[in-house]
Amino acid sequence: MAYVAVKGGEAAIDNAHAWLAEERRGDPSVAEIEVAQIETQLGRAIDRAMGEGSLYDRKLAALAIKQAQGDGIEAAFLLRAYRTTLPRFNHALPIDTETMAARRRVSAVFKDLPGGQLLGPTYDYTHRLLDFSLATTGADSREVASETVAASQKMPRVHDILGHEGLIEPDHRTGAEPGDLTREPLSFPAGRDIRLQALARGDEGFLLAMGYSTQRGYGGTHPFAGEIRQGTVAVEIVPEELGFALDIGDIEITECQMVNQFAGSKTTPPQFTRGYGLVFGTSDRRAMSMALVDRAMRAAELGEDTNAPAQDIEFVLYHSDNIEATGFVEHLKLPHYVDFQSELESIRRIREASATTE
Amino acid sequence: MIDISEPGFADPVRDAQGCFRAVLAAMSRPGSVHPITPALHPPAPLHPATAAVLLTLADPETTLWIDPALSAASPWIAFHCGAKTRAAIHDARFVLTTKFPDIEKLDRGSDEAPEDSATVILQIERLEEGPSLRLAGPGLASPTDFRATGLPADFPTIWRANHALYPRGIDLILCAGEKIASLPRSVEVS
Amino acid sequence: MSALDGYNFAYLDEQTKRMIRRALLKAVAIPGHQIPFGSREMPLPYGWGTGGIQVTAAIIGPADTLKVIDQGADDTTNAVSIRRFFASLAGVATTTRTAEATIIQTRHRIPERALTVDQIIVYQVPQPEPLSKLQPSRAETRRMHALSEYGLMHVKLYEDVARFGEIAISYDYPVMVNHRHLMSPSPIPAFDNPKLHRMAALQLFGAGREKRIYAIPPHTDVKSLDFEDHPFRASRAPHPCGICGSNSSYLDEVVTDNEGGRLFVCSDTDYCSENSK
Repeated sequence: MAYVAVKGGEAAIDNAHAWLAEERRGDPSVAEIEVAQIETQLGRAIDRAMGEGSLYDRKLAALAIKQAQGDGIEAAFLLRAYRTTLPRFNHALPIDTETMAARRRVSAVFKDLPGGQLLGPTYDYTHRLLDFSLATTGADSREVASETVAASQKMPRVHDILGHEGLIEPDHRTGAEPGDLTREPLSFPAGRDIRLQALARGDEGFLLAMGYSTQRGYGGTHPFAGEIRQGTVAVEIVPEELGFALDIGDIEITECQMVNQFAGSKTTPPQFTRGYGLVFGTSDRRAMSMALVDRAMRAAELGEDTNAPAQDIEFVLYHSDNIEATGFVEHLKLPHYVDFQSELESIRRIREASATTE
Repeated sequence: MIDISEPGFADPVRDAQGCFRAVLAAMSRPGSVHPITPALHPPAPLHPATAAVLLTLADPETTLWIDPALSAASPWIAFHCGAKTRAAIHDARFVLTTKFPDIEKLDRGSDEAPEDSATVILQIERLEEGPSLRLAGPGLASPTDFRATGLPADFPTIWRANHALYPRGIDLILCAGEKIASLPRSVEVS
Repeated sequence: MSALDGYNFAYLDEQTKRMIRRALLKAVAIPGHQIPFGSREMPLPYGWGTGGIQVTAAIIGPADTLKVIDQGADDTTNAVSIRRFFASLAGVATTTRTAEATIIQTRHRIPERALTVDQIIVYQVPQPEPLSKLQPSRAETRRMHALSEYGLMHVKLYEDVARFGEIAISYDYPVMVNHRHLMSPSPIPAFDNPKLHRMAALQLFGAGREKRIYAIPPHTDVKSLDFEDHPFRASRAPHPCGICGSNSSYLDEVVTDNEGGRLFVCSDTDYCSENSK
């Protein structure tokens, strides 16, 4: 018999890994990229990996990006697989974004407001012209005028300003312990806590497309960007043995509060409603998309029609996770020849049977 | 005085794995009796098998009701398992007892989530002795005999009521000395 | 320092193992019913067998001997990768011999050799919900299982018969377990379905991405859905194996040349080599 079953899976895997390592390093005549360079110079990539990886650690995110050759989903996956092995020592208190040390704070609904508008380091008004001066290192050394609002100085939220007049729905605080979908599998109906968690770690492209779809008529929410603020907030825990709050460090976040129209119902007079987005690092796109989709998923709760994809909670929650999605899409490349063989047999048999009857 | 410092598993990872496999085998083959191998010296009145099952399955993510007859061991259980104890038997996923409880009072799960039901960990004096019961159902190639002490005289009737709720219903793990056996809700008893 | 230092035996932390173990016991107590569990991210991608790996990690111990197969074969790359994962993180003995294994983790096949009461087979499951192609909402399918409302599936099978003259499902063929729960046997070929019925070994199913665990205890009735006038048939390619000559094993079809040359060989590599002796 000339045929020998294919062997050598072990060697193939080893060779693939060696090749991958070589490719990752790239041309050895070019200096190897340092993790610190990624951490300090590719901040937006770090923010996305941390968000989708559900782990706030800029150094580990930089390492993951290096290891993944810049593939964002692969980097987030590395962080998730690491995160899941970490023991939980404590749960943080809710962060207070009102006391944020903000670098950026913009409102699209008021021209001026207490605390002011603060543009911060944004691409918003850059002209998207490739800056060839960046192609040579050392050329980019312009003076930076940075201003932040000190953490001690409270900056009222636009929603609280509207809230004084009763124009916007109140913040629904249940006081209940929020769920955690990394410990408990999704079940339906899924509460807003779980939905927000899923969105906060959801794929940015998915969130963007879903948010965009609501603007184009698939579950419209008539949004206004009430406020977007970005900066650092303190994270506090209350250790059991101490009984008081302890500041364990700062994280950078972007928060978006959408103001959405609501026609009112028999029991509620017309008032504005809320959509909320909160993400790690700097990303208006991600925070705003999240806020749009959050509001869209509240349609049923607010008695609105629910026939658009973004309003379908089960659809959004089951398809927002890019680690799950990429796994299942890409698993199609694993061998399926047993199943394909059974399909072949089935099709041959059915074709034969129909040929006989004809 | 109960000393909570009576140790738990000597090798928490391996001992829990070994004990779990015994429980899994017991649940897979109703009525089959399995030894618990790790040497364990829990405070009285807990038997080693009972203690091992608790250490294997109960933790701060689970709720537990403890029979007052076993309350002397409560501090040890709290220290080593950290399970949330419940005053009302209906609120507990694990019911630790020396007397077969009134199953009407237990959480028997819902139609959509029959798995959200209580598992009764019943400590008895002896397995493979006592009145003979006939078991049939998943896990058994053919009907088989099972003997245990300490079950109520009308156990077949009680169990029939439990089995009638299927797929809802409670599951039973029996512990005696250093041995365990199990009756899942799927088994029929006569 | 090894890249794997600092991880627990079999990768998962003990609290996660306890959570999976509790789910497994309920799964065994309700044969064929899907138990939601807090599936963790694993260092292998979803779709590569994360559910099966978590189940294996929760049950495996130093006394075990592990066999891992993909498409029936021990030497497919994914099988190799998973076997290595457990060899390095649990230090357990591994084997390619079906008879020697105490735990067999599989993707898409059941070994040809009958399994024994001392063995456990762990299936990797991509889609645990047998009704998913007919009803995408899991809230809805959960309700259907609660009510034993399986009419939708029977209609689908009936439509197949009307259109093709037979039930045109060749793999992941739905089964009724313990006369109560409709279950996906994972994408094994329908040829393997009869092996599910009253198997002596404990069968555990893990779906990582979909976060479900289910089980079939030993000797449990497992019926492939069918109709009286269109009974279930397990079929295979009508050829002997080109290597061992078996006329009863499931066969892979290998394309040998550009002229449409074909060779049929056992998909179960261990069975084939035993049979060739």
